[in-house]
Amino acid sequence: MEDIKKKVNIDDKLFLNTYNADTISHLIIKDQDICAKCKEKPCTEFCPARVYEFKDDKITVGFEGCLECGACRIACPNNNIDWNYPRGGFGIQFRLA
Amino acid sequence: MSEKFDAIIVGAGVAGLSAAYIMSKAGLKVIVIEKGQHPGSKNVMGGVIYRHMMEEIIPDFWKDAPIERPIVEQNLWILGKESVVKTGYKGMEWSKVPYNNFTVFRGKFDQWFAKKCIEIGTIIVNETVVKECIVENDKVVGVRTDRPDGDIFADVVVLADGVNSLLGKSLGFHKEWRKDQVALAIMEELKLPSQKIEERFNLEKGMGATIEIFGDGTLGMIGTAFIYTNKDHLSIGCGALLSQMYEKHIKPYELLEYIKNHPIIKPLIEGSEPCEYYAHLIPEGGYKSIPKLVANGVIVIGDAAQFVNGIHREGSNMGMTSGRFAAETIIRAKGIGEFTEHTLSHYQDLINKSYITKDLEKYKNASSTLENNGAYFNHYMPAINKSVSEMLTVDGVSKSDKQKMITKHMTKGRSKLTAALEIFKMIKEVK
Repeated sequence: MEDIKKKVNIDDKLFLNTYNADTISHLIIKDQDICAKCKEKPCTEFCPARVYEFKDDKITVGFEGCLECGACRIACPNNNIDWNYPRGGFGIQFRLA
Repeated sequence: MSEKFDAIIVGAGVAGLSAAYIMSKAGLKVIVIEKGQHPGSKNVMGGVIYRHMMEEIIPDFWKDAPIERPIVEQNLWILGKESVVKTGYKGMEWSKVPYNNFTVFRGKFDQWFAKKCIEIGTIIVNETVVKECIVENDKVVGVRTDRPDGDIFADVVVLADGVNSLLGKSLGFHKEWRKDQVALAIMEELKLPSQKIEERFNLEKGMGATIEIFGDGTLGMIGTAFIYTNKDHLSIGCGALLSQMYEKHIKPYELLEYIKNHPIIKPLIEGSEPCEYYAHLIPEGGYKSIPKLVANGVIVIGDAAQFVNGIHREGSNMGMTSGRFAAETIIRAKGIGEFTEHTLSHYQDLINKSYITKDLEKYKNASSTLENNGAYFNHYMPAINKSVSEMLTVDGVSKSDKQKMITKHMTKGRSKLTAALEIFKMIKEVK
């Protein structure tokens, strides 16, 4: 598993997909202070699109790559993510599956 | 939109489209609201649909529908670090009409299904998100969409809005799902020439196989990895309870890459090209997680109702059946001229009498049994691999001595009685 970690680049995977990215985010951090205090910041690990990253004392939200699974809404330990669907027609557009 | 419909269906997945088709066929005025650019563009599934339940909606659909491969072989693997114990069934009766199940691409299948609905009068509105149900006098009377002047009214609203049923939650039908009520699944579509697929999976031309993988494919987490054959693609992925991914600090895409590089799996996908990457939640809470299904003017179907049998990876079939039941209930209610919770509870009766409730009740403790005792995935599955290896490695040790060693592998640190009871308990829950 350790050698895999070095090799995998999430951007290579997201790049395979078709998105109609909106200009406004459908994912909103309710309170950045809560994230700053959050010890494990699990959203930075379990999100399959690595939407969330902790940079400069803030959680950044790369909503453009979101796969709309809903995991972050359920698993955020502080219920600190306001999760909505993107506006009609926006967001991920799967071709196959 | 000022006209009133008999039914509004939120979500053009297989559950919603099944409900739409049956109601439109009976002459009801039906509108389906879909958030994607077209039906299927937001829908993710491992890839198996079940012929029997789909034929209850559209007979002989497979003659016309975009299917990938009829499945003739279903495998179950118990994966070790560098080994696998395999079991499975191949039956040529599944290669002939009327088939058992098929792999499909939902991106194509759902578009076809929607077209069939439109042909018989269903209105489908794409690129539209339903923001809330409109409730008047304790009755759902319509929906509010994100379009200007986007209120739509109907006698009944059918919530087919999937696992992330924000509408069901906002009506108070269920609380937010817990992390152990959903599995997080990730998948990649890999392009590989059909001839190569048939060679590697030992398949007749056009036929397909599935592999469900327990054990090392999820790094011991409660869940499965899987490989499904499509025409000239392989679907490869895995799903595990979100609670387990969370606790074990697993990055899903790293897990997927681990599976693709597993020495047992790698040769099957060698030379293939990744072409799409997915993530989706699967409602795996089972029987105990089924939300309130009916209220005045509203019915919940499919994933939104937690209708998934995780043990048998069934879900699309339950979506279709629950969609059909909802449609039959609404047609009946229209005959009576009443859309109260009391009249619509006919749906609940149909669900309760069907395989949906029976199967979900049968496996109601499976997931918690597996989660509460980590030994099943972390001890017994590796031990089975070790045991079979022990038995089949010819090295001069007598078979009776080997059997003693196998018992040691299987019990390791526990009494024979404890091991026997644990194994019995698991078989009882998942058989």
